[in-house]
Amino acid sequence: MSSLNAEERALRIAQEPLLPVGQSTGFVSGTGSSVREVWAHRELLGLLVRREIKARYKDSSLGLVWSLVKPLSQLLVYYFAIGQVLGLARNIPSFAIFVFVGLTIWGLFTEIISSGTMSIINNSGLVKKVYLPREIFPLGSLGGGLFNFALQLVILIGATIAMGQIPLTPDLAIAPLAVLNVILFGTALAMILSAATVYLRDIQHLVEVALTVAFWGSPIVYSYAFVHAAIGGTWLEQIYLANPVTLSVLGMQKAFWLAGTTESTQMNFPPDLAVRLWISLAISAVLLWVGQRIFSRLQGNFAQEL
Amino acid sequence: MTISPSIVQVDDVSKRFILHKDKSVKERLMFIGRARKQAEDFWALRNVSLDIKTGTTVGLVGHNGSGKSTLLKVVGGIIQPTSGSVVRRGRMAALLELGAGFHPDLSGRENVYLNAAILGLNRQETDLHFDAIVEFSGIEEFIDTQVKFYSSGMYVRLAFSVAVHVDPDLLLVDEVLAVGDEPFQRKCMDKIAEFQAEGRTIVLVSHSSDQVGRLCDRVVVMHAGSMIHDGDPAEGIRVLRDGYEEDRVNHIKASPVESSDAKRLTLGEVEARTVVGSDQTDVIVRTTVDVHEITPGWGIGVAIDTPLGLRLYAMNTFTMGMDFPTTRGRHVVEVTLPDIRLGAGKYLISVGLGLPTGETIDRRGSAAAFDMPSDVFGAGILRLEPRLDINPRVA
Repeated sequence: MSSLNAEERALRIAQEPLLPVGQSTGFVSGTGSSVREVWAHRELLGLLVRREIKARYKDSSLGLVWSLVKPLSQLLVYYFAIGQVLGLARNIPSFAIFVFVGLTIWGLFTEIISSGTMSIINNSGLVKKVYLPREIFPLGSLGGGLFNFALQLVILIGATIAMGQIPLTPDLAIAPLAVLNVILFGTALAMILSAATVYLRDIQHLVEVALTVAFWGSPIVYSYAFVHAAIGGTWLEQIYLANPVTLSVLGMQKAFWLAGTTESTQMNFPPDLAVRLWISLAISAVLLWVGQRIFSRLQGNFAQEL
Repeated sequence: MTISPSIVQVDDVSKRFILHKDKSVKERLMFIGRARKQAEDFWALRNVSLDIKTGTTVGLVGHNGSGKSTLLKVVGGIIQPTSGSVVRRGRMAALLELGAGFHPDLSGRENVYLNAAILGLNRQETDLHFDAIVEFSGIEEFIDTQVKFYSSGMYVRLAFSVAVHVDPDLLLVDEVLAVGDEPFQRKCMDKIAEFQAEGRTIVLVSHSSDQVGRLCDRVVVMHAGSMIHDGDPAEGIRVLRDGYEEDRVNHIKASPVESSDAKRLTLGEVEARTVVGSDQTDVIVRTTVDVHEITPGWGIGVAIDTPLGLRLYAMNTFTMGMDFPTTRGRHVVEVTLPDIRLGAGKYLISVGLGLPTGETIDRRGSAAAFDMPSDVFGAGILRLEPRLDINPRVA
């Protein structure tokens, strides 16, 4: 413990400026101070993420394996039910890899959204008793989501190597873009939803339903070729492609599902995918900023509403 | 200390709470026209201004629901005020709940790091203090056990020792000092004294007048969201007690059955005076009693308290075997407390009327005060006359 004596302490404090308590609600100035505050607490953010991951599997003997069981079981179900029984696999080469790519990136999105939505409520003990920049709770669930995503990505890359379709092509460059797009878009939504859930608890159930529906709105178990065949060239297709998650799923498929480009004659990807991803990225970034401002406005009353 | 800059400035802060009775969409839709009626608001804080200087220990006292914890949370930034502003500097640690952020599934060691980070320490600093934290908590053998297996005592001890090692300039404490067993409590109090000596500022909420009186050099009394006293601790505690007494009297007035019953005997004026003699000091308590109804066997009780509320002495007349007049009318009772050996200062007298069965008919807390003259030797609650022998012969 630093043994400052009383006078030294008083002198030092006299030199510090008096700062207003709480977050600034200014629309532009507030963002800067929020970012600085979160940055100052980055170490705590890391610890919170680690706490979640550790605590989740603390007493189970298989531990981390469980975080892979869910996507793998989903993969099996979709592979047999949709791929083999319904026969979709006939038109989609390397169907297993195709589905797993989609499930991996979709899993990241759902985890950011669903655990992000609950992040403030689940940490109400901290929110009510300690002052922290509250943004770290939704960001903490982002960290947990990224951890699981990284694990699945390792399996995915392993699988592509095992099947002799090593994704070392120029298309791989689109993957970071796709992931970043999901991160920004998901975090923006998670910020708004986590703050809104504090005031209206119904949102948590609404989110679950919306995610189940949205799963079918992206080409995860069916390929873009089907969509293009059905509504190609119409404004409906444009709406379909305006979904940032859809674009990220397509981007990941472009990068990791080699068979879609090499073995298939169908149009599995929209031609201007990269441009669309960049635009979506820019919109998501703006959305994240707006989301943070909404969060910052709403967070002032968290402690009393929880 | 030559200078003491402000560390916290609270300027005209008000906080309004809105109590929603409806939380779900269904209820909101059902009551959409009557939404205003569903929301009740009340002011938890009203125009509170406070300037806290570095190195002071400020006690926030008040009844339950008087707004003291809200004020502490506003200072801590946990709640944002509806109007007004709070400015603050220096490093702050808020101890509003011990072990906030402890995760039951993690070990004591992991929780120490997590809790320290929540309170604002980085990893190197925690590494530095880690041994001291564990030693202070006294649970070395269990540090690698998951905290869900801890006893509640171990849990708070670990949490408290993390909190006191954070090195804050400003420590906000809410009712958490009374943790652990007696030796640990003493350790905590020593730590607080050390903090004070190091010029740290402490703002504490407490219900224990004794604790507030002992620790604080300034007391703020809250009542229904407003500050009703700010300054001298002894005076603050008196104000608080008067408030309690007023509530009690109001409560009796509000229930008519009890008040008609209580009217059998009433206490009139109470006076206390000190008679300083050549070798002893007596205190004489003089009180008038109005007998409205014949009440056989009544008696009187007298107690001496320090201004901070520590009861020094209490007596009643039932054990003295004295009979009091039962005729209606006014009687004067004088109780002499001879040869009181109390240290210099002000003391309070409380008087009560009752029956031997233990029933209290009328009571007046802090009804009168008396002063003790300054001591010849030493200082404290007791007045002693020490004798000095140099090289005494061993018998």
